[in-house]
Order: sequence, then C-alpha cells, then structure tokens
Amino acid sequence: MRRFISGNDAFAEGVRLARPHVISAYPITPQTTVVEALSSMVEDGRLQAEYLHVESEHSALSAAMGASATGARTFTATSSQGLLYMAECLTYVAGGRFPVVMMNANRALALPWNIYGDQRDSLALLDHGWIQLYVQDNQEALDAALMAFAIAEDSRVSLPFMVNLDGFALTHTYEPVDVPDQAAADEFLPPYVTANKFDFDHPVSLGYSAGPEFNRYYAHAHHRDMVAAESVIDEVEERFAARFGRRYPGLVEAYRCDDAETVLVTLGSIAGLVRDVVDELRAEGRPVGLLRIRYMRPFPAAAIAEALRGASAVGVLEKDISYGAEGTVFTNVLSALARRGSVPPVRDFIGGLGGDDITREQIRDAFAELERAAAGEQYVDPVMFLGGAA
Amino acid sequence: MSVNARTMSDDELFYGHKACPGCGGALVVRQALKVLGKDAVAALPAGCMSATGFNFPQLAFANNAMITPFAATASVLSGIEAGLRAQGIKPDGCTVVGFAGDGGTADIGLQALSGAIDRNDDVLYFCYDNEAYMNTGIQRSSETPFGASTTTTPAGPSHPGCVTGKKDLFAMVAAQGIPYAATASIGYPNDLLKKVEKARDIRGTRFIHVMAPCPVGWGFPSSDTIALGKGIVDCGLWYLAEYEDGRFTLNRDPGRFASVADHLRSQSRYRALTDADIVTIEAHRDQVWQRLRQRCSCESS
Repeated sequence: MRRFISGNDAFAEGVRLARPHVISAYPITPQTTVVEALSSMVEDGRLQAEYLHVESEHSALSAAMGASATGARTFTATSSQGLLYMAECLTYVAGGRFPVVMMNANRALALPWNIYGDQRDSLALLDHGWIQLYVQDNQEALDAALMAFAIAEDSRVSLPFMVNLDGFALTHTYEPVDVPDQAAADEFLPPYVTANKFDFDHPVSLGYSAGPEFNRYYAHAHHRDMVAAESVIDEVEERFAARFGRRYPGLVEAYRCDDAETVLVTLGSIAGLVRDVVDELRAEGRPVGLLRIRYMRPFPAAAIAEALRGASAVGVLEKDISYGAEGTVFTNVLSALARRGSVPPVRDFIGGLGGDDITREQIRDAFAELERAAAGEQYVDPVMFLGGAA
Repeated sequence: MSVNARTMSDDELFYGHKACPGCGGALVVRQALKVLGKDAVAALPAGCMSATGFNFPQLAFANNAMITPFAATASVLSGIEAGLRAQGIKPDGCTVVGFAGDGGTADIGLQALSGAIDRNDDVLYFCYDNEAYMNTGIQRSSETPFGASTTTTPAGPSHPGCVTGKKDLFAMVAAQGIPYAATASIGYPNDLLKKVEKARDIRGTRFIHVMAPCPVGWGFPSSDTIALGKGIVDCGLWYLAEYEDGRFTLNRDPGRFASVADHLRSQSRYRALTDADIVTIEAHRDQVWQRLRQRCSCESS
C-alpha cells in the first residue's frame, strides 16, 4: 500500500512488519515519533510485542540485550546523547553477538545543545562493533528495517544493526512510501533462530569474561563475521528485490562514477541533492560523480576504491568532524584509497553541523574545488568548513 | 515444604568460582540458587560474583546466567523476563534473578532498579552488601558505614574512615510500593532462605538486601564470616525485616543489643575508631532502630 508518511513512521511500519517480540526504548528528539508509532501499534494490537517503558537509554539497550539473550527479536531506537548514553551497552550487545536492531535518528551532540541533524553521534561510535547503515529516503528506511533483522540475525553475522536516519531531514519529512503487506514480509523475513541464547535443557553462561589468553579469539571472530556481513547484505538485498521489486545497490551506491574525474563521497539524505547537482554539472559537460556510502560498518573499502578508480580528485561531504583531525568519513575513505596504493588529491567538506543547511551552491562549489585540486592546485588544509569558518 | 539449612538442596548451581575464602557474597548466590532451582536465569553486573564466576572457560553457574553492564542489572533482568514471556517460553517456576553488590545497586544501578520496580517487572533482585567496592579493591560505596576505612576513605589524621552512613535501600524500594522487599544476613541463613522462598513465589518485583561480610575488605579471618554476619545483626548495625503488602515487619528485635565495640573491634577497617566514634555509631544505631520500630510491627523478640 502506498502511503504518504514520515521517515520515522516508515521505519515504524518496517519494524511492525518484522514482528519483534520486545521493544525497549526511551524518548529523545527526533526519534520520538518512531516509538510513539510503535506504542500505538502495540496498544491497538497491530503489533504483538512487549513494549518496555524503560527509564533511560542505558536501560533501553541493556534490556534489549537481556531480551535478545532469550532468543527474542528485539528493537530499540534512539538519537544523539541517547546513543552516547547507550555507548557502553553497544559493546556489550555487539560482543555478546546479540542481533538487536536499532534506529538512530542522527542528531548533533551537545554542547552547544542542539536537536537538529548531523552525523556526529553514530560516527563517534563506529568502533563499537555494530553494523551501521545510512539511508537516504523514507522508502529505504522502511526497507532497511526489514532487511536489518534479516542481516543481523543471519547465523553467519549475529551482530547488532544500527540504521541511521538523518534527524528531521528524514525522520520528520513526508514522502510517498510503499508499505508491504504482512504476508510478504513474513515470507521475506524468517523467524530468528539462534544457539546464542538461554537454554533450559542445557543451561549456558552468556557474556562471560575472557582473559588475555582467549580475548583475541572473540575479537577476531567479531571482525571476521562483520566482514562476512558484506556478502550477507548482498544476498539479503537480492532476496528483497526478488520479493518486493526494489533493488538496493549493496554497501555503496556509485552514481555516474564510471567516467567521473571528480567524485563527491557522502552519506545519508544529502546524497539526493548531490545527485541533482551531478546531473546539472554533467549537463554542463563536467565529468562528476557521486559515491554514496550506505554501510560504514562493515566498511566497503574495496568497493570505494573501485568506484573511485578513475577519479583525479575525491571529496568527502560529511556532517561530522573529529576535532583536531578531520571528518571520520574522510579518514575512512582515505584508508580505502591508501589500501589500493594510490591517493589522488582529496578534500574534506564539513557541513550540515547542528542542522545547518547544505546548499546546492555549496555542493557546486565543492565540485569546483575538486576540479581545481584535480588540476594540481595545492591547498594547505584539506579540511574545509562549508559556509565559512568562525 | 519450607526450606531451611537442614532441608535445602545438595545440588550446587554456583560452584567452582574463584571467590576468596570466606566470601559472604558467594554464600548469597549459592544459597539463593539452591532455593530458586536450575530454571533460574541469573544476571550479574560487574562485581565480585561476576569477576569470580564467569571466567571463560571456568564458568561457575550451572543455571542460565549472563553478565550485564554495571548499571544495568535490573534492566537486563527486565529484558530477560520480557523476552521469555513474549515468546511464551518461560518455564513454570523460572525466576529471573539478579545478584549485584552494594555499589552496583545503591550507586550505579539504582536508576535501573527503580525503573524495574516502577514497571513492577516480575524479577527478583538481590543486593549482596559487603559495604564497599570490594572487587576493585575496597573503595567506598554509599553502603559503606561510618567509620570504615576504605582505600578511598582511608583512616588518617583527619578522618577515622568513611564519614557518611549507609543509604537506606530497603526504605527506598518500599517507598515505591514494591510487592516484596526484605533485609537479611548470611549470618542468619534460615531467615535468608525463608525470604528467598517467599520472594520466589511472589509475582512482580522483589528485592532482598543481604548483609554479606567480606574478610578482605573488613579485615577479619576468613573463618569468621558467619560470626560477623550474625554479630552485625546482634549488635544492631544491621537488621532483619520485610516489607510486604504495604506493611513493614521486623523479623528480629534483639531488645538488648550485643556490644557494638566488640563487633567493630573485630575488624581492621575500624582500627582508627576512637571510643567517642563508637559512641556516635551507637547513637546513630539507636536512631535507626527507633525509626525501624516505629514503622514495623514486631514479629518476635
């Protein structure tokens, strides 16, 4: 059924279709409407789930872990400071290999206090062992909710999954969204089956300690299975396309990159505007491209290097800054380029912080800057704040 | 049949752990699980019992058990209970049970505990109280009593040790209208076992605060744990009480207290106390008991 709904509502529909056993969440702007929608679904019976009204994000995620340890399909949602308040629980859930699915509404971090969208919250937590997906529109948000459970719960993966929606730009913006019916969703998403749970016939200890002599085995298995998630993501997207007719492009989406001399790499909803600008510039005869990174973890280094193979200059446009260094996406993209053995001229465009607008003109200027870089113009500091410095 | 020290099960569900000789906390876990049985699902935060019970491959729990984030004992319990119920797989007689220390309960875990009580989640929460952060090396918690020297409240020329008193968890959980709360001591095992059995059979959130002496942190021989657990009740510095259906019950009212000085002087953590400090402690004890007797109907004397 086609509906005109917000990103949060779309995500809630996706969660409903996934039939979680337990939802455990604490409200925070701009995540609130997704948990409100789920609460209504539980109240009126559209969704049969236990909804835990926890008293904090720390408890939201730790309760989700407890539920997942019983073999329950489990969902939580948060944003910004709430995600940081969960931070220690993120590593528990990931290290315990509990495939909890979380929606994070990307929002700025205090101080200064700010409720609007940027991606500093989730990018600060890249190393906490979760799969991280960044979606660009509301249809992708709904579809990601369903696919997240399928990928996270796959026995080759068994890792928690964070789906990131840009705060307000997606969470509170309305778009037409195709909402699948329950029967189709049930066909697509099998029940969660795992050995990583309590067993009353053969009791187990879960989430124990492992000292120096064993610790690396757990870390290595975690890394190995995160890498293995890449092929599971492809498989799940293939099954999704077969069932629902919507095909997703894997861990990255390359748009007009094949013969591009300059490419702008970005995440999330701003990719839509960058795509428009790419089309404009192409119409002017300028060979530019867009690379949208969908998954930051597992990090698709090979796919990024491949997509940027022909580029003479590469820019990253990101709503994030690692103070004193550069944007975190930039660091990761440089790593992908360095792995292949050659790094072209690069620029890091920092924008959209605290909900700041990223304009069409700024994106055109960014491409112009990349063209100058490709032509050999030197720049002292590759980290550039869109809209000017303080 | 009522469980007591004579009739309790010989089955061990918590053994092979690495707790220190004479550990009071280990007795709490071991005895409680004997009453709750093998279908109990246990959650333990950072603390002595997780540090000594969960060392792969030396895993000490014979029932289902897991480690939780430090602040998250109660919220993990809530999640476990919700997960079992939502899937319809909770066995009859399955108790979802937490064991957290005094710091893990009265300090960092208090918010999650209050949340579980607020929701009246069907979980049983034990605080084993050894009166400091013993696992990390005897640092002060909000359950460390006045006058106790810890590594963060060291006795010295300025102070005899900790200058604050014990946070009253029992009154706090009762103030939320919890279905069942009790205090106990490993020095009175029959009282403890009876309370565990009663709590097992009540639905909703239950809380038992058990005094669990620590030979290392308190400074007494490891053979004296039970004697200290009894002595602290007999001298009135701890008490055995229940809160049920909105009513407080004092299970044991000594009438005449044993000597506080003798009890304190048997532990090296109180080595710097002056006689005047002991008078202060006795006066505070008497205030506590006045309040206790006011709110409790006395069960026995």
